[in-house]
Amino acid sequence: MTTKVKLENLNVHFGNTHAVKDVSIDFPENSVTAIIGPSGCGKSTVLRSINRMHDLAPSARVTGKIILDDADIYDKGVDPVSIRRRVGMVFQKPNPFPAMSIYDNVIAGYKLNGKVNRSEADGIVESSLKRVALWDEVKDRLKTSAMELSGGQQQRLCIARTIAVKPEVILMDEPASALDPLSTLKIEELIEELKEKYTIIIVTHNMQQAARVSDFTAFFYLGELVECGETRKIFTTPDKKQTEDYITGRFG
Amino acid sequence: MMRSVALRKTKNLLMTALMVAATLTVLVPLALIFVHIVKMGLSSVNLDFFTQIPKPTGETGGGMANGMAGSAVMIAMASAIGIPIGIFGAIYLAEYGGSRISTVIRFAADVLSGIPSIITGMVAYSLLVVPMKGFSALAGSVALALIMIPIVLRTTEEQLKMVPGTLREASLALGVPLWRTSLKVTLRSALTGVMTGILLSIARVAGETAPLLFTALGNQFWSSKLTEPMAAMPLQIFNFAISPYEDWHRLAWAGALVLVTVMFTLSLAARYFGRTRER
Repeated sequence: MTTKVKLENLNVHFGNTHAVKDVSIDFPENSVTAIIGPSGCGKSTVLRSINRMHDLAPSARVTGKIILDDADIYDKGVDPVSIRRRVGMVFQKPNPFPAMSIYDNVIAGYKLNGKVNRSEADGIVESSLKRVALWDEVKDRLKTSAMELSGGQQQRLCIARTIAVKPEVILMDEPASALDPLSTLKIEELIEELKEKYTIIIVTHNMQQAARVSDFTAFFYLGELVECGETRKIFTTPDKKQTEDYITGRFG
Repeated sequence: MMRSVALRKTKNLLMTALMVAATLTVLVPLALIFVHIVKMGLSSVNLDFFTQIPKPTGETGGGMANGMAGSAVMIAMASAIGIPIGIFGAIYLAEYGGSRISTVIRFAADVLSGIPSIITGMVAYSLLVVPMKGFSALAGSVALALIMIPIVLRTTEEQLKMVPGTLREASLALGVPLWRTSLKVTLRSALTGVMTGILLSIARVAGETAPLLFTALGNQFWSSKLTEPMAAMPLQIFNFAISPYEDWHRLAWAGALVLVTVMFTLSLAARYFGRTRER
């Protein structure tokens, strides 16, 4: 299996806090990798360094390499905007644009960049919404506000918005933690389908979820990568005692 | 036990009375001003007032049409200068600014908004009137713009900061550059609040007299050139009020009434915008 994203000795500092310590890890293409670990272990920080979201925090400092395909995304001269077009992100709380309709939310990646082709747009909106299984629920009210959707629908809309710009990698930061069980199930089914086309990296607090949706699992503790491997192995016969303790609920 | 309850109730009564007194102290002068202006000015507010320019002394009638037009022109120009600078400055402060330079800009804006407006007028005089060798509407507009900038800047910055960070991130994560995100997502989300700030700044400069005294100067007649002296309502009110003629006094009162009504309407509109945002 080819590696899509490769972290090499990644370190992230926020001011004097060393949040991520010397992490090296491979994310295979067209698979789902779950990042698990207790709160404050640096999961989200690792995730957000993969699409250069830390660039906006003046106190953040990222060192080491993140190789996307075969180039380091932190190389001098790499435009973070071009990286974010290839590496999409879905956030913890659904965050559709409140002033926009459902239709405009899906096409937002094009519209905000000022290049929408009317006839193409219709096709992109329909196929993206179908992909997240939202089309049948909203096709008669595409022009109404996105805020009228339920939380679960909003999150699927956000995923549709992300895949509409055709990324290669999708980062998900606890995408179902604000949703009810049924909506969570839908999101999980969706992740399963999306991995055919995309490389997915998902941060989750919910270990059952990690076990259900992921092919690989990485366990983080206090900013360090403790163990990484096939999900089945991590959840049944982990190499490290710490991993076993966390997975069996003895700490964390 | 009973004593302490009685004491508490007395204290409560006393404090309530104090607060009612404080409220009245604020409201009574406002009401007095309004009633007085209406009483003195209403009889002179007629069609002539809005359509005619001042008559020469000795003739009755006339109006402030040129002053109203002049004020409108200068406020529009001041807005064209001041609003973009204020908004772009606010975007810089809220979305881009490094901590040190932002502190300096914020401090400068606060000082600027505290400077007496007569001094702003003097600055515009020395920067524009002297080099251009003449009083002009342009100089007046610049003076008004200088007053608008800090108001627009600070209110816009506050509004931008209230936009949740998750919206910004949603846009950035779609591969939208920060400058587009700032304009199309952040500023747009804050638009109603920004409008409130703009309306308040317009209401503020609409009544400014001091900065126009030696910039726009005023004009008894119609003026269409921006490089020439131009009439403005506050200036006409000032000039007519200090004149010795009874007829001009009446016009001054009518002008005051119209000006206060306009400002009152602007403030109400600003409130309305503010309220729809909160909903």
